Amino acid sequence: MGVKLPNVITTSLDKLIFNWARMRSMWPMTFGLACCAIEMMATGASRFDTFERFGMLFRASPRQSDLMIVAGTLTKKMAPNVRRLYEQMPEPKYVIAMGECAICGGPFYDSYSVVDGVDRIIPVDVHIPGCPPRPEALIYGILKLQEKVLKGEIERYRK
Amino acid sequence: MTAESKPETKPEMKSDILDEIDSKLKGVITDSKVQRERRLVITIDGKDIVKVCQTLFDMGFDHLSNISGVEYEDRFESVYHIWSYSNKNLVTVKAVLPKKEPEKQPEIDSVTSIWRSANWHERETYDLMGIRYKGHPNLTRILNPDDFEGHPLRKSFKLVENPWYDEK
Repeated sequence: MGVKLPNVITTSLDKLIFNWARMRSMWPMTFGLACCAIEMMATGASRFDTFERFGMLFRASPRQSDLMIVAGTLTKKMAPNVRRLYEQMPEPKYVIAMGECAICGGPFYDSYSVVDGVDRIIPVDVHIPGCPPRPEALIYGILKLQEKVLKGEIERYRK
Repeated sequence: MTAESKPETKPEMKSDILDEIDSKLKGVITDSKVQRERRLVITIDGKDIVKVCQTLFDMGFDHLSNISGVEYEDRFESVYHIWSYSNKNLVTVKAVLPKKEPEKQPEIDSVTSIWRSANWHERETYDLMGIRYKGHPNLTRILNPDDFEGHPLRKSFKLVENPWYDEK
């Protein structure tokens, strides 16, 4: 390749291509905490088939994952482990808080054992309300996350 | 719940198993009630728990189904649900622990030497209700984090207003 493009074009093209690639092959971690995980599995199963269609694949290791879907109630005993899993994921990484429990504690708000919101311990990109959210809601949340990734509006530098 | 308001429970109902327990444990049982056929509730003092449980185990009560803790105004109770697979009998043993000093944890002997499944049940009751089981091999918290303060099912338990994850 004898032609050398100016740097500014190369950089923005990089961003566009990388963000497009990240958006289209986002691998979530095999990770569920409570009943929302059942709904997450239903989202991936044959009726909706969302993850395969979106180029997503559940990986069993945080070191091979881009996305963490926190599906369920986060107890205080589990919180250090979730934090550790998040830190084990390589950059760039994204987090979806799925369901009321992951957003704010949900029905367990003011409980002695439940963290009221997973964004107390890790930065969250998309919150999906519902108890549990329907698979359609999770699909919408994933689409919203893909929009954010394409625009580069992720929140991992917050705080 | 008296016998008049609920006629199907008959306090005078006879039970063979109660007679057998009564004959083996003279003067230990402070109160007893036959709920219905093959369902029996006995109340004992906390210090007799190992003796009662060993007697029941020898009578064929081979499965400790559950241990739970109850707090009343004047006492704690450690409640044991003991099931016999061979005879299909269920005995509920309520061990009364007087609440002398409210801040002190009540103590009762562990029954892990009789049923090994009591290990986790007793840890759970210790975790949530703060009843201390003497002779337990590993009496630590099982559900809450190890650095948790207090016992959440106690009536005196207060929720901590600023949780640990805000202290940075």
